Amino acid sequence: MAILLNRKIEETQVELLSGGDMLVRALQDQGVDLIFGYPGGSALHIYDAIFRQQSIKHILVRHEQGATHAADGYARSTGKVGVVLVTSGPGATNAITGIATAYMDSIPMVVISGQVPRDKIGEDAFQETDMVGCSRPIVKHSFLVKNAEEIPATVKKAFFIASTGRPGPVVIDIPKDVTNPAERFPYRYPEKLRMRSYTPAGKGHSGQIRKAVAMLLSARRPVIYAGGGVVQGDGATLLTELAKRLNYPVTNTLMGLGAFPGSNKRFLGMLGMHGTFEANTAMHHADVILAVGARFDDRVTNTPGKFCPGAKIIHIDVDPASISKTIVADVPIVGTVQAVLAEMLETIKSSDEQPDHSAIVDWWRQIDDWRERHGLYTAPRYRTNGALIMPQDVIRAVYDITEGDAFVTSDVGQHQMFAAQYYLFDKPRRWINSGGLGTMGFGLPAALGVKIAHPDKEVVCVTGEGSIQMCIQELSTSTQYHLPVKILCLNNQALGMVKQWQEMQYEGRLSNSVYEESLPDFVKLAEAYGHTGVKIERREDLHGKLQEAFAIKDRTVFIDVYVDPSEHVYPMQVMPSGSMRDMWLSKTERT
Amino acid sequence: MRRIISVLMENEPGALSRVVGLFSQRGYNIESLTVAPTEDETLSRLTLVTIGDDHKIEQITKNLNKLIDVVKLVDLTEGSHIERELLLVKVRANGAQRDEVKRSVDIFRGQIVDVTSSMYTIQVAGTGEKLDAFLQALGEHTIMEVVRSGVSGIARGEKVLNV
Repeated sequence: MAILLNRKIEETQVELLSGGDMLVRALQDQGVDLIFGYPGGSALHIYDAIFRQQSIKHILVRHEQGATHAADGYARSTGKVGVVLVTSGPGATNAITGIATAYMDSIPMVVISGQVPRDKIGEDAFQETDMVGCSRPIVKHSFLVKNAEEIPATVKKAFFIASTGRPGPVVIDIPKDVTNPAERFPYRYPEKLRMRSYTPAGKGHSGQIRKAVAMLLSARRPVIYAGGGVVQGDGATLLTELAKRLNYPVTNTLMGLGAFPGSNKRFLGMLGMHGTFEANTAMHHADVILAVGARFDDRVTNTPGKFCPGAKIIHIDVDPASISKTIVADVPIVGTVQAVLAEMLETIKSSDEQPDHSAIVDWWRQIDDWRERHGLYTAPRYRTNGALIMPQDVIRAVYDITEGDAFVTSDVGQHQMFAAQYYLFDKPRRWINSGGLGTMGFGLPAALGVKIAHPDKEVVCVTGEGSIQMCIQELSTSTQYHLPVKILCLNNQALGMVKQWQEMQYEGRLSNSVYEESLPDFVKLAEAYGHTGVKIERREDLHGKLQEAFAIKDRTVFIDVYVDPSEHVYPMQVMPSGSMRDMWLSKTERT
Repeated sequence: MRRIISVLMENEPGALSRVVGLFSQRGYNIESLTVAPTEDETLSRLTLVTIGDDHKIEQITKNLNKLIDVVKLVDLTEGSHIERELLLVKVRANGAQRDEVKRSVDIFRGQIVDVTSSMYTIQVAGTGEKLDAFLQALGEHTIMEVVRSGVSGIARGEKVLNV
């Protein structure tokens, strides 16, 4: 009798929920409070479940690509998992670009897509697409939910996979009938997960770490090369402590900006294709390179065969497949950046060895000399006395006005490089850009995602007149949810980076990189959406008008700055077949 | 270099497509591939033959290991191993040919598994090289249809691949 009674109590404690309600409840139990999405037929049961609850806020975007980028910006700026909800077919395929963007930059994201009912799958039903198939090469993992009972465990697994190890996007595809409100099943959110086939790396190998420390301490010309993994893996504080303790120079990748304070004297600037002269030259001459959470991307190494000829390489990464992929590591260490850096620091502190003081002093003297000669900030290469506004000056002005403390998102092209070069990020998670995939249209929706997470912070989307038109519809989302951001458009009336390459490598044949007087009036466009528009055309107006624009805090401001259309981004590494140190410093000067 | 990689993976829909997709996506070769559930029905064992230098093979095994569905894998060619492939072949066999074909089958320790008045269906197991040699011995003119299973393999000695 007692046993029977207990069973009864247990049964009544298990709630019966429909698949749609289960999904929403599982997201709540997972701690989700924000979803970016767009409804449609196959997702309507889920949307109804969202309507009937309060704790999760849903942001209605204007295009599914915008949903993924907004969730991405939210994830990058907070370290939490970004959540996206879209419908089947076009909803799912529209999300693909944003999923690929997150995948290339290792951003934690869970994308839930509606699917046609189970018995229609494979019949070319209305709005059917094989989402699991379409997204396969650009996800960390994906699930097709076959039964409602699987929903809680699937959600738990998806968030675990997305946020651990090398993070990445996970897709959960749910057929409409699985979320049918008429069919209810017992709901229980699993407390623990068992996944025999997935064990993300944790601590590094202590023997390898000791080897790395010995190599690092014996270096005469060391460089610390830090990537996005340090930002995503919350290793910036440890990295900064390490670099300061050793007094070693640090360079960051495009994805790693903010991993080490940009205004610190030990910072050499960004490296790679548009990296600084001193960063690229120091890398080329280094004898020991400590690569942390970076993946020796082709935009960093230039020609792999000529990469840093005299350097021994220590490579820390959470993903073993990133190690020795393009450049062979002498000391590979697989582990989280945090765990490995912490152990390295301990090992250094307890070691009797010290860095060779005089060698490091000489090395710094050499680096300071390079900096003096061609440094981005000490010896600017761009015209500072012409009549036209220089894009570099715009970024520097915004850096001053925002006191270097803004969240800056960007699109892709020249403006992105100018922002990366001239806005010095002192903190991680402040620089939000599509580095791996290079997705135009990323900036504005990402800025909205950042603003939701940081409502009291200044959020600036640095963009161009090309990129902004790729997701400009999100101006409407900004209006609906009162998300006041600054849109800083470096308007050079052309696809600037394409044009730069055409001028440098195609004898100036500007194939389809100009608009022929077809640009919209961005001020009027912004106003049409209920925002404020500001146009800046004259050099003498730049600072004053920027000040005025940034003084507006309660609404989105579109700042359309007409910049010198002939300006190129420099330094630029010589391609193909150049080494790290082979760079154009201006249109006429080469190293 | 030719390598035989044996993979234990979750017996889930989509798992195979992830493995195959990885190869096409990253430009790796698949020479042959065979897959079936194991005695533990939650697991499948997949054996594939690929060609690449050490660097490429390292990348292949690392990327396979990254797939969530992959539980464990081993490069069988790293150690001593047994490899087998199954061949089924239909050959024309009339009159005097019938004895001749039968003799070849015996030499290669194969079996005739189906017979008609003018045809034999033969089964031979062995390494790829042995099967090639058998087909050559038959002579092209008699062969009507060939089907090969792709390589399956297992390590020699005490070494096992299980969870």
